[in-house]
Amino acid sequence: MRLKVEPRRQVSKPLQYATPPLSVLGTVVAAFVLFAIMGYDPLRALYDLFVAPLGNVQGLSELALKASPLVMIGVGLAAGFRANVWNIGAEGQLMMGAIAGGGVALAFYGREGWWILPLMSLAAVAGGMAWAAVPAFLKTRFGVSEILVSLMLTYVAEQFLSYLVLGPWKDPEGMNFPQSRMFSDSALLPVLFDGTRVHAGVLVSLLVVVVAWVVMSRSILGFEIRTVGLAPAAARYAGFSQTRVVWLTLLATGGLAGLAGLFEVAGPIGQLIPKITPGYGFTAIIVAFLGRLHPLGILLAGLVMALSYIGADQAQVDMGLPNAATGLVQAMLLFFLLASDFLVRYRVRLVRPAATSEPAPAQKATA
Amino acid sequence: MNLSILVPLLVSVITAATPLLLAATGELVVERAGVLNLGVEGMMLVGAICAFAAMFITGSPILAMLAGAAAGAVLSALFGVLVLTLASNQVATGLALTLFGLGLSALMGANFVGHPIVPLAKLAIPGLSSLPVIGPLLFSHDALVYLSVLMTGAVGWFLNHTRGGLILRGVGESDTSAHSIGHDVIRIRYYAVLFGGAMAGLGGAYLSLAYTPMWVEGMTAGRGWIALALVVFAAWRPWRVLAGAYLFGGVTVLQLYAQGSGFVLVPTQFLTMLPYLATIVVLTLMSSGSVRSRLAAPACLGKPFRPVS
Repeated sequence: MRLKVEPRRQVSKPLQYATPPLSVLGTVVAAFVLFAIMGYDPLRALYDLFVAPLGNVQGLSELALKASPLVMIGVGLAAGFRANVWNIGAEGQLMMGAIAGGGVALAFYGREGWWILPLMSLAAVAGGMAWAAVPAFLKTRFGVSEILVSLMLTYVAEQFLSYLVLGPWKDPEGMNFPQSRMFSDSALLPVLFDGTRVHAGVLVSLLVVVVAWVVMSRSILGFEIRTVGLAPAAARYAGFSQTRVVWLTLLATGGLAGLAGLFEVAGPIGQLIPKITPGYGFTAIIVAFLGRLHPLGILLAGLVMALSYIGADQAQVDMGLPNAATGLVQAMLLFFLLASDFLVRYRVRLVRPAATSEPAPAQKATA
Repeated sequence: MNLSILVPLLVSVITAATPLLLAATGELVVERAGVLNLGVEGMMLVGAICAFAAMFITGSPILAMLAGAAAGAVLSALFGVLVLTLASNQVATGLALTLFGLGLSALMGANFVGHPIVPLAKLAIPGLSSLPVIGPLLFSHDALVYLSVLMTGAVGWFLNHTRGGLILRGVGESDTSAHSIGHDVIRIRYYAVLFGGAMAGLGGAYLSLAYTPMWVEGMTAGRGWIALALVVFAAWRPWRVLAGAYLFGGVTVLQLYAQGSGFVLVPTQFLTMLPYLATIVVLTLMSSGSVRSRLAAPACLGKPFRPVS
């Protein structure tokens, strides 16, 4: 008897839905072992990471707050990944959105009016889009890898933000701290529930999920994006433009990331500071995969990943677990997901050894 | 310019280039075998912390370098299992590896922040090191600097003048053809991936042992990604990786000198952006310059392969 691996004719639908929860389970087991090796009480660490935040209203509201940017960016990234567009610089696009939107808030400092927030949002979307337009242009015009360009621009955005809050936008009454003024009330997102930090941006992220779901599964545009990714030759034959899809997915992700960045600075933070994100732009990549590139799945995945962020704070206070443990647990989850994809695409069976020894033909796997 | 300024300047270009050269040479072999490993940054970081920890605990530079290389290789083995055995998406798996390396190195390094170590010793070569100008410039470096140049030469020789190199390139150009004439595509790719991991680990080790002898979270600062760009810049040729690495070393040093020079016309943040912007510019020039550079990419780069058994 030996193991025989053969490609499935069609991907297994039940397994496609079963693998994300299984991957979460695998990650929990792996994290247990890892924490035990590192000398932390593994049960307590896992409880802090995944259970404790769910026990009270405060934890649940923080969950919504942290899931919101992850979901918004993840939805955009997923559309790109479906079309084989690998934007990994959402972190930078998020920062540029926060800078553009925050810039509007600072420009109208002390002014009041209903129009300030919408104007900030527009600027944030434009800022994120502008940053994503660079890899889009270089990819479609010169064939430069969007992976490297979008990532390099993240480092540039980080430096630009640091320059602004240390230089021209520094709070004149801030005792030389690297931070801008606190935004005026008109430039802050309204809080939805008293006593929490849940702001109107959370509603926007839910809206984004619904719109993305309709676009991706019910419109020609969604079909075009999926076709370009799955069957580029067929897409060309059908007259779908790859250039258009690259631009659309990058701009959409950039805009959403920019908006998510604004919601951070106009929401819980309330000003521009050098570090406005704990890596949402990178974690959103994992969220997109965990959600199986489907907007509704991404909503669930965003909540799971947000849980690990809040749990990490808890575990750090409670037992001194370094914050880096979160990143590690998140990356392990992505490993488990990618590994489990094998079962979705291949069938593994036990077979009796064949008597003949004919040379095995090679076959390309479809990624 | 005065020689007493120029020589240290050029020496610092060499040191800034070395981590890039080590990592990019490894990644070049991986890509020539048809595999794209975007996890270089993560492997470098884990290599850096493991080398640092080994140096701190044992005090032996040789063990430290071995630890760095081994750590990179272990991480790349993980990548290999996913990408080669389980035929997973190479781009996504490479990203996962980088995120994994970021988290793992930060966790491992939490207890090593702020500790000093003895930097990697400069090896004096009798007779040569005492020569004026040439001595300090070429013959007063640590072992990893020499190793990086030697490895580039060795890789160039291996790829172009040996049977093994021919097979490796064949696997990268046409996996199905290589398979059909009896080569074990997966096994050859595993070797390439492990080599790439060890080299990235050494690149990281150079950072924490010699370049800035300490451990700082995320201390690679994007060098793994720049190494990936260098492979494209070099059109997948070892000697051009060498040239590219020294060019980028030059950009880094230029920016550091400008920051340290006192009269700063441009805010330091804009100078720090330089290597990243230079990467984008160089990638654009390479991709648009000629069709040749695009043809130079191994034909099977990034495509998963599974033999039907």
